[in-house]
Amino acid sequence: MIPAPYLEVAVIILGTIILLVESFASQLDRRVLGYAALFGLAVIFIATFFVAPQSSTASAPLWTFYSADALSLFFKRIALATTAGVLVMMLDFAPSVSIGVQGATPQAGLGEFFTIPLFTCAGLMWMASAIDFVLIFVSLELVTISFYVLVGFTRRNPASLEAAVKYLVLSALATGFLVYGITWIFGATGETNLQKITTVFSRPGLEHNAALFGGVLVIVALGFKIAAVPFHIWVADVYQGAPTPVTAYLSVGSKAAGFIVLLRVLEPFLILPQMRTLLVAIAVLTLIYGNLAALPQTNVKRLLAYSSIAHAGYLLVAVVSFSGRAVAFYLVAYLLMTLLSFAVLVLVSQGEGDQLENFAGLSQRSPFLAFAMLVAMASLAGVPFTAGFLGKFLVFDAAVSAQHFGLVVVAVITVGAGFYYYFKVVRAIYWDAPPSSADKIIISPLTRFAIIAMIAGTFLLGVYPQPIFDALQ
Amino acid sequence: MLLLVTFAPIVAAVLIMLGLPARTTALAASALTLLTSVLLFFGFDSIAPGFQFVFTIPISTELRLNFALGVDGLSLLMILLGAIVLLAAVWFTGEIEHHENAFYACLLLIAGGAIGAFASLNLFFFYAFHELALIPTFLLIGIWGTGNRRAAAWKVTIYLALGSVILLVGLIMLYRAVPSSARSLDLRVLQAAASAGQIAPAMQSSIYLVLLIGFGTLISLVPFHTWAPEAYASAPAPAAMLHAGVLKKFGLYGLLRLALPLLPDGARHWSGLLLVLLLANIIYIGLVTIAQRRLDWMLGYSSVMHMGYIFLGIASANILGTTGAAILMFAHGLSIALLFAITGEIRKRVPSLDFDAMGGLAKQMPLAAFAFGLGVFAAIGLPGFSNFAAEIMVVFGAFRNGFNYQHFHIFQWAAFLALWGVVISAVYMLRAYRRAFFGSSPEPEVVVADIRSGFRFPIALLVAASILFGFFPQIAVQRIAPAFRNYFTASQ
Repeated sequence: MIPAPYLEVAVIILGTIILLVESFASQLDRRVLGYAALFGLAVIFIATFFVAPQSSTASAPLWTFYSADALSLFFKRIALATTAGVLVMMLDFAPSVSIGVQGATPQAGLGEFFTIPLFTCAGLMWMASAIDFVLIFVSLELVTISFYVLVGFTRRNPASLEAAVKYLVLSALATGFLVYGITWIFGATGETNLQKITTVFSRPGLEHNAALFGGVLVIVALGFKIAAVPFHIWVADVYQGAPTPVTAYLSVGSKAAGFIVLLRVLEPFLILPQMRTLLVAIAVLTLIYGNLAALPQTNVKRLLAYSSIAHAGYLLVAVVSFSGRAVAFYLVAYLLMTLLSFAVLVLVSQGEGDQLENFAGLSQRSPFLAFAMLVAMASLAGVPFTAGFLGKFLVFDAAVSAQHFGLVVVAVITVGAGFYYYFKVVRAIYWDAPPSSADKIIISPLTRFAIIAMIAGTFLLGVYPQPIFDALQ
Repeated sequence: MLLLVTFAPIVAAVLIMLGLPARTTALAASALTLLTSVLLFFGFDSIAPGFQFVFTIPISTELRLNFALGVDGLSLLMILLGAIVLLAAVWFTGEIEHHENAFYACLLLIAGGAIGAFASLNLFFFYAFHELALIPTFLLIGIWGTGNRRAAAWKVTIYLALGSVILLVGLIMLYRAVPSSARSLDLRVLQAAASAGQIAPAMQSSIYLVLLIGFGTLISLVPFHTWAPEAYASAPAPAAMLHAGVLKKFGLYGLLRLALPLLPDGARHWSGLLLVLLLANIIYIGLVTIAQRRLDWMLGYSSVMHMGYIFLGIASANILGTTGAAILMFAHGLSIALLFAITGEIRKRVPSLDFDAMGGLAKQMPLAAFAFGLGVFAAIGLPGFSNFAAEIMVVFGAFRNGFNYQHFHIFQWAAFLALWGVVISAVYMLRAYRRAFFGSSPEPEVVVADIRSGFRFPIALLVAASILFGFFPQIAVQRIAPAFRNYFTASQ
């Protein structure tokens, strides 16, 4: 049995070792480092199943800000799996990095490219366990700062630099909101620990308004992380400019961590009706904006960026309906289908571009990738027998049982809109003829394995969700 | 057995995508499906109550979700329809120019989805199986369609997706309406809860409305019908056969299976609205059909119009009407499939399906003319075809609802107006038949070949099934009626 905090420590040690090897073994093929990181993450992922349960009476100072309950373990696994998927994509993306980074050696920068995600992963895992505002802040910053580097990694590409600057400025602003909000909450309640804040809240005669103000500021900061409207302005440009694997990482990892923190932070605030109204408003805006803005997109990466806003909307519906189960399942489904679509995008856009035209006739260039993209799009749109559908089913179920019929109506319309833009990709793949110059796409065995695993996972969770529910118990 | 019927087409579709010879595999799978469903149909015990051939796998205890298959007379008849039309559609698929495997796989998936939905006892899978057809329809119309195929494919996909999501909300509301001790997506549990009166009447009427809009969109109930004619006119013939013949019946089946027995108060509350809409389907769409100038559009609209009669049977809410509606679903599926199949063959041979550009085809294509004539007579409801038996039952059923010698109730007027629909459909069907097959061709020099003699088998299959149930509707009635008798005794 392993104590839970060792998991993050192991990830950090793994990252440090790979960084050291990178600096001293200059002759080494850098891709070996990527494989090593992947292997290490796989080992740690297996280790999560042997974590000692947290004893409820533990009084060590650690447990006042660190929780090892089922939910946090679950999200740690999501973080590990996402990082592993992103590393697979990064291995495929390596040639583009070499073009985008200037250096003395052909593989300059590649080592860091494989290592930084490990530190991001540790940050995400800490976020999953954080039950104290101090740890939330520190881990969030670890994630954000490593993303600053990753987004601008291909620094000879102006789009990537632009994305990095936008992300840096707006993210710093969001951090400011977070700190300011925490200060207000601390001032009103005298606590930074979320459980203690809950007890203080239930005390009669407390002045709620100051804490509520702080809570709203924290929601602004988290809204930035999960890409909720109106804190979404950065999303489209940053997603489009960042290296594709980093975009995938941003849209899955950053969002998942944002949602677990949101779930935890909201717990004390849920007794306040104003907070609920605010969240419903944000959810409606996010659903409408994300889906409508995705409709006219012709760049697949940008389309996926708006789709990630739209999915934040569905997740918010589940959050407003207090269904942790729906949030968790939807996030897993979202992880599978988003990583799958980005994995295909990395391969297709290699050396060409990520416009919709580059997908034309993919069914003839590579039936395998075409099918993978079909599954990803069907799942994102919510076609039954895929994980995405079951996620939507749980979200709708939660909303109906919480009597949020207005939200249901909006969500129904936006799901209909979603079919249009996801099927636009399917149309390009299957209806349109391929450009005459296009040749077959080479897929490495590792990527093929990862894609098959994600397709299988999408279908399996679409009809058999029980493993996820069991993991949440 | 039921598992075999449900999964034979789907497994065959997967195998075809993996590279097995397309036509042979598809034919074998659909023949197997038909054979098994015939065995099921005649092996069905019409006296025993409840569902038979039940097969269950638990999926999730937390969601109380199980994968359950089972049939009663109603679902069995629909499965039989699906199997017959599938075999005919696969047989009628001639040479496909490109992606032959994908074409057959899509066809099999549509039929497999429909059959799976009919066989499912769990609402989750009932819904999910139907949606299985969504992407294949999009691809079939978009890739292999004719005319304005891309616009049609978009339209049908968005309409059906939106209708399905509304339906999903309705199903979830239904699931949430029963008290949490009886909450389940299993149809049998819901039936027990409904007959124990556990669904509040106010709740029933709101759920019924949501279900009516959801199912209505899938069935092309006015005013949600505009996708249908365009999609059927553009779809390749086998896809139109399966979609209009089988898949569209899913919505009607859902109304008969869920809305009527589980929400009797809701059905009563909205019966006036439903009558108005279905009369619009019969009279308004009937007149629109007369105005059509192209054979494929005419057929598309006629299939929308005939939905009105089936709705009338459902609205009548008595055993006679609903049993008639069930048989009419079956009969209409056969006749419209035959008509679309022949139209598809004609389309391959003549430059235009415009009535003004057609004529005199009977001389060159006697077999096609004969088969189309049979389809026309069946669609009009000539005695001998099962459409006739079914329409009589529907109209009588509607007439009987709330019948009073002193003054006619709304249902009696509706039945009268619906009878005029028979005249309308005779007008447009016979006129189309005359203009396409008789008279003289405007371009006499065009020589076209008759349809292949090998296609006699699927034609004979469709016609024989229609005539069998036309002369002996009792075979179907004695299997279906017990299902409805349970509903109505439970709700009264």
